[in-house]
Amino acid sequence: MSTNMLNLTLKVWRQDGPNSAGRFETYQTTTIADDASFLEMLDYVNEDLVAGDVEPITFDHDCREGICGTCGVMINGQAHGPQRGTATCQLHMRQFRSGDTIVIEPWRAAAFPIIRDLMVNRAALDRVVESGGYITVSTGAAPDANITPVPRDAAEAAMDAAACIGCGACVAACPNSAGQLFTSAKLAHLNLLPQGQAERWSRSEAMVETMEQYFGSCTNHGECQEACPKEISIDFIAMMNRDYLKAKFTNRRRGGQRKSG
Amino acid sequence: MSLQLDSRIPGGALSDKWENYKFDLKLVNPNNRRKFTVIVVGTGLAGGAAAATLGELGYNVKVFTYHDSPRRAHSIAAQGGINAAKNYRGDGDSIHRLFYDTIKGGDFRAREANVHRLAEVSTNIIDQCVAQGVPFGREYGGLLDNRSFGGAQVSRTFYARGQTGQQLLLGAYQSLARQIHLGTCELFNKMELVDVVLNNDGQACGIIARDLLTGELSRHAGHAVVLATGGYGNVYFLSTNAKNSNATAAWRAHRKGAAFANPCYTQIHPTCIPPSDEFQSKLVLMSESLRNDGRIWVPRNADDCGLDASAVPEDARDYYLERKYPAFGNLVPRDIASRNAKTMVDQGLGIGPLRNGVYLDFSHAIERLGADVIKGRYGNLFDMYERITGEDPYKVPMRIYPATHYTMGGLWVDYNLQTTVPGLFAIGEANFSDHGANRLGASALMQGLADGYFVLPPTMAGFLAPRLGESLVSTSDPVFEQAERDVRDRIDQLLAVKGTHSVDHYHRELGKLVWDYCGMARNAAGLEKALSEIPALRAEFYKDLKVLGSAESVNQSLEKALRVADVMELAELKVRDALHREESCGGHFRDEHQTDEGEAKRDDENFMYVGAWEWGGSDIQRDAVLHKEPLVYEAVKPTQRSYK
Ligand SMILES: Cc1cc2nc3c(=O)[nH]c(=O)nc-3n(C[C@H](O)[C@H](O)[C@H](O)COP(=O)(O)OP(=O)(O)OC[C@H]3O[C@@H](n4cnc5c(N)ncnc54)[C@H](O)[C@@H]3O)c2cc1C
Ligand code: FES
Repeated sequence: MSTNMLNLTLKVWRQDGPNSAGRFETYQTTTIADDASFLEMLDYVNEDLVAGDVEPITFDHDCREGICGTCGVMINGQAHGPQRGTATCQLHMRQFRSGDTIVIEPWRAAAFPIIRDLMVNRAALDRVVESGGYITVSTGAAPDANITPVPRDAAEAAMDAAACIGCGACVAACPNSAGQLFTSAKLAHLNLLPQGQAERWSRSEAMVETMEQYFGSCTNHGECQEACPKEISIDFIAMMNRDYLKAKFTNRRRGGQRKSG
Repeated sequence: MSLQLDSRIPGGALSDKWENYKFDLKLVNPNNRRKFTVIVVGTGLAGGAAAATLGELGYNVKVFTYHDSPRRAHSIAAQGGINAAKNYRGDGDSIHRLFYDTIKGGDFRAREANVHRLAEVSTNIIDQCVAQGVPFGREYGGLLDNRSFGGAQVSRTFYARGQTGQQLLLGAYQSLARQIHLGTCELFNKMELVDVVLNNDGQACGIIARDLLTGELSRHAGHAVVLATGGYGNVYFLSTNAKNSNATAAWRAHRKGAAFANPCYTQIHPTCIPPSDEFQSKLVLMSESLRNDGRIWVPRNADDCGLDASAVPEDARDYYLERKYPAFGNLVPRDIASRNAKTMVDQGLGIGPLRNGVYLDFSHAIERLGADVIKGRYGNLFDMYERITGEDPYKVPMRIYPATHYTMGGLWVDYNLQTTVPGLFAIGEANFSDHGANRLGASALMQGLADGYFVLPPTMAGFLAPRLGESLVSTSDPVFEQAERDVRDRIDQLLAVKGTHSVDHYHRELGKLVWDYCGMARNAAGLEKALSEIPALRAEFYKDLKVLGSAESVNQSLEKALRVADVMELAELKVRDALHREESCGGHFRDEHQTDEGEAKRDDENFMYVGAWEWGGSDIQRDAVLHKEPLVYEAVKPTQRSYK
């Protein structure tokens, strides 16, 4: 619990806009408490920059509790930094030592164009969900909640998948910038529950095909699972692949009639 | 301008009001719905649910958020759970009991009719969410599980591990995604409302939005505007709210004529991690559900406060909540738990390196149930605590202290959730809502979803039906031009100051003032001090603020400056309200008004009303005009709250 002060050298990616060339800038800090979070460290650096008339580093964040998925940068080449199961905002400076050099970059992926500095555009993730990541049930149409018992194991497994925060670290960590872990987590969440069965095949087909429009292809590196702040398992990718194949088969037999909607 | 508060509460028996009223509300024929454009600002539980439902019904919905994705709204962070009167446990719960608990928990400062409606629709919410695939916690038989929360003696809280808000929000987000896909809802992400536009009759006709990526201002017209923009807890700078949460939408609406109700009612949550240093940027909440199994204590003797917890023997510990409130023990409502923690720390009994916390101890529960059971219940919360503090709560007690968490005050709305500006609605935490002077745990999620899924859609139809055939106000109309010009002036003014201090500097200073003088306990001298210091700080802000960069690109300092400028005004109104309310009730505790035992002492004779303020001009303490909506209790008899 003791508070130590760290001296750090930061190499931070600065880029003025989507079409500008980027560059690394080096900043020195001398008074970062190891109780501080990584983003508080950046706040502090920004206060210094502003005092010296330099525009502050743009970075995305909101909840600072590891749940909204807004934050996320590459820290020394690792998505969300060195601590397992930890989003950038939950990373604390006690993970670093005085004298360290820390390289901070935005997510790098074709599907995530850089907006400014460390901020990227992750709209592609929303497009994947929009294509089928839901259960069709209009407000007011639902039966009593306890009418369909859900085996506890199924509910727990669905929750494991549903824990995804949509930060995009899986894509950033993947050498191919694949969107498999994100997509499979949403599919598993819904496909594992009794409520999700009616649309299981149309959902799997639509989401996989939308994913392929935006993201690279998966070659089983497993880096995504390592980087995931919620430690979502790549087993869900296997499930997605199975469901997708089945969906194609089912659809072919029905003459390709089934479409999501 | 003379503002009228008409709550439009329907007549009839309490339990029939909503059903009868819904039947009487006008409907819009399905084919006509797409002729109406509704602007929904905010995609949290309230806004996400409302936008999706209005889209399903066939309205033409334009939905705005300053986030990059609707899924990131602050609602995502709610941990503990959502209440509903399902009585699945058979432990005596009912709609009436949930209604009663909420009224009592709110210290008899909420409207009976609204609260009863909330309790009625609570059960529909759970049905809806389960059908959407929200993975609530279940028992081995496959049925839904419940936990208990403060201020209730039944188990009515549904949960999804410690991520209930996340799962409920994803449910609403996915429903919204479906409507976006179908084209009924159009999403404007990274777009911040910077002003509300009224037509020449004083009715809301649209908004001005700022694109946070390009800085471009744009005009959007609607037949109605819904604000689902969350609370104003960040007036304290340090709070459990997400960093970007802000009050600009509500405040801009207020400046355009929407009354702001009970701004002094804020909730301080008892179980947050105490600050560790002055660079702290926000406070992190540890779910209240932890109080089911954790026991709160401080050493009896100030000399023991510096020791390790394990070195303080049982008989030298004061489990003060269990001692003072044997019936509810550690599960007393939040305001009581918070105030008692403050009393302990103020008496010099605080623990931790800065002596700014109390213990929340799980050792007894771990002994009784085993570490695995505790891990099953709270594992992710324990992990989060350890990441932040570097301490292992399975081995040493957590350190907790109260922090600002929720705002019961907000835009005044009538039974239709319409503000005093016709056509402008407020839902979720943004309205002054159903929680009176104190909200019970797990009831905000319930209220946000009730408003969004079940209350607003029918009342919106009632508002729109008579307006069939009315065209939208053109965005080149002078009212839009003027509004956009005003926004541009505000931006130019902030960029032109070119002073020496950053926005965060001012926000921190403001937060300190409000926390010190209008936090957990308030008194006239302190409030008056704040009323002289806040305007001074505001004046300095406009003289010495430093915002670098331009208005034509991403500029997070400018975004913050616009928000802080608004919340500084709101802070003044909040303090003004706290000064005027010469009583203690719920989260509003005036030192001058307490019982001999130190509990909040209400003054029902003089203050049993909603205090709704009308904007009168920028000298807020002089110009704001107070309007009173009397509260009438027919079904419950107000009593002195007791949790002993
Ligand atoms: C840490 C934490 C834990 C909590 N736990 C619980 C719990 O267990 N149970 C419970 O019942 N309650 C809990 N609460 C309270 C509850 O989460 C909130 O009250 C509730 O989620 C608010 O929902 P909302 O939809 O009203 O607003 P929010 O979720 O705050 O959403 C606001 C939305 O408005 C948008 N917005 C705001 N201003 C603008 C603008 N000017 N322009 C464009 N968009 C704008 C934002 O982008 C966002 O989409 C908790 C709160 C916190 C902080
Ligand atoms: S800021 Fe929300 S997950 Fe990091």
